[in-house]
Amino acid sequence: MSNVTILKNKQNKPYVPSNLTIVLIFSLLMLGLCVIGSLALGSRVVTMDGLIDGLFHQQVQSYEADVVRKRISRTVFSLLCGAALGVAGALMQAVTRNPIADPSILGVNMGASLFVVCGMAFWHITTAGQYIWLALAGAAVTAVFVFGIGSMGRGGATPIKLVLAGAATSAALSSLVTAIMIPRSTVMDQFRFWQVGSVGSGTWSSISLFLPFLIIGILIAVLSAPALNALALGDEAANGLGVRTGTLRFAAAMAGVLLCGAATALAGPIGFVGLLSTHVIRLLLGPDVRYIIPLSAIAGAIILTVSDITGRLIGSPGELEVGVVTAFIGAPILIILAMKSKVRSL
Amino acid sequence: MKTTHLLEAEQIKSGYENKTVVHGVDLIIPSHKISVIMGANACGKSTLLKTLTRLLKPLYGKATLDGTPIDQLQPKQLARILGLLPQSPIVPEGITVADLVGRGRFPHQSLLGGWTKEDTKAVAEAMDIMNVTELANRPIDELSGGQRQRVWIAMALAQQTDILFLDEPTTFLDITYQVEILDLLTDLNQQYGTTIVMVLHDINLSARYADYIFALKQGKLIAEGDPSDVITSGIVKEIFGLDCTVIKDPISDAPLVIPKGRHHVKNEMRIRSSISSE
Repeated sequence: MSNVTILKNKQNKPYVPSNLTIVLIFSLLMLGLCVIGSLALGSRVVTMDGLIDGLFHQQVQSYEADVVRKRISRTVFSLLCGAALGVAGALMQAVTRNPIADPSILGVNMGASLFVVCGMAFWHITTAGQYIWLALAGAAVTAVFVFGIGSMGRGGATPIKLVLAGAATSAALSSLVTAIMIPRSTVMDQFRFWQVGSVGSGTWSSISLFLPFLIIGILIAVLSAPALNALALGDEAANGLGVRTGTLRFAAAMAGVLLCGAATALAGPIGFVGLLSTHVIRLLLGPDVRYIIPLSAIAGAIILTVSDITGRLIGSPGELEVGVVTAFIGAPILIILAMKSKVRSL
Repeated sequence: MKTTHLLEAEQIKSGYENKTVVHGVDLIIPSHKISVIMGANACGKSTLLKTLTRLLKPLYGKATLDGTPIDQLQPKQLARILGLLPQSPIVPEGITVADLVGRGRFPHQSLLGGWTKEDTKAVAEAMDIMNVTELANRPIDELSGGQRQRVWIAMALAQQTDILFLDEPTTFLDITYQVEILDLLTDLNQQYGTTIVMVLHDINLSARYADYIFALKQGKLIAEGDPSDVITSGIVKEIFGLDCTVIKDPISDAPLVIPKGRHHVKNEMRIRSSISSE
């Protein structure tokens, strides 16, 4: 028997993660449950009948069915945002070879925030379509800045230096945000809701605005995955394998910025989703970026949607913004990860 | 049998920022042979190796492969001919042997092509040559130093290049594993005709395993050729500043360097050494 097994194994790809099928089935199942939960749960819990009416019987006009219909766009938006943040986290970790890289930890979210609040205060912008470009510019500038500072000195961009650079930048930017906001009470109201991070504002128009960025970002991520696998062996080894490391880093980092910048523009800065999803997937499937990217997308969607549902249930009859919930779950996990000795490098 | 290539350094000056480490080296890598770049610490061995493998852009001069400067070749195209195992590559956390070896196939895969039967075959073959097939599903973290190094070389072999560069492949290994690795590399060279170029620290192992030696001193090539011509007490003294006697290694007839030092030297040797160094 063993000979046959060995032969069979030799015909297959030699390194498909052994539990890929289980993880995939389980995560899709979770995703399904999340969708149902997000439609049914909230400050008003909908019954099964109401759910089915709202989804499949457009002619039925009941209060419950209307609630469900209103929650559809929110659910889709939260799934897409979560996927974007999951992939952005995976990309940033791969590019920096740093297991605690995440848009919020590296200050990229805060950079996007600063640009958005400047737009609100100085140019009086109010629409998501305007936020998105400002947020992208802010995210890109901050990413370049933090990576630049983090790679100065000996040893290049080590995890600890990047995190310090990110934390310092984040703190500086957040005080700038406050300084700009405080004297302007209208901006403050407009900004306050945006800044905490919420997917409640998800409408079909914001989804259609978001989709092109999501698609381009994920496409670049998937295409660069094999090269990122080579980059994981170190810059010299990657060069030896024929990777243009500079080009790759730039493309993948920009895809990450695109994904988290767009998500931030529309939902506000939501932290830790990328960090969490990528970690869970790496723990389950190992370090192959080609599997980490798509599964981090699914995991990110699940994490953000579950956080959103949790926020709605805890905050009932109002709701707790999802950014608060992810921070509550994410912060302790970041501390645990930072304490693990293996966190030094990927 | 691997294809014959002409890898040549022309007037290479190379280094970092403002510091030139290699000062004008001309050389031709002998095809289908094992060459060792030898020299004292900080003499520019690794810098030269990096310049020959496109990791470092020369400040002056050029490295050419079959007449074309290597930085003008497509990186993937070059990576199908010339492979490189750096001194300290990074092991991604939790990676298995098969996954790591499979990553050597990158230059053979197109952007959308994915994994092919060729890739599977190359990976199986590479693991077989390096005796790591049994370890295929083990995480690298669990392996011993010698096993790890075999896995890394298997990764470079999966790349199926005609030329293979290795930067100190035996450093940090016990003597047993050093010999094991060098034996395996020699098998590879003899069976497939792979051109091997490496930086080695140990002069005696270099003398034993190299077909050809490049001796470097302060960034200049001061001697090259057959180990028995290059490894003499005079050249060892010049490169390392070490007084020594060179005898024939009783096992292989290769030159064997015996350092003199100041202590534990027999009296008659003391006299002879002072005569011979004059």
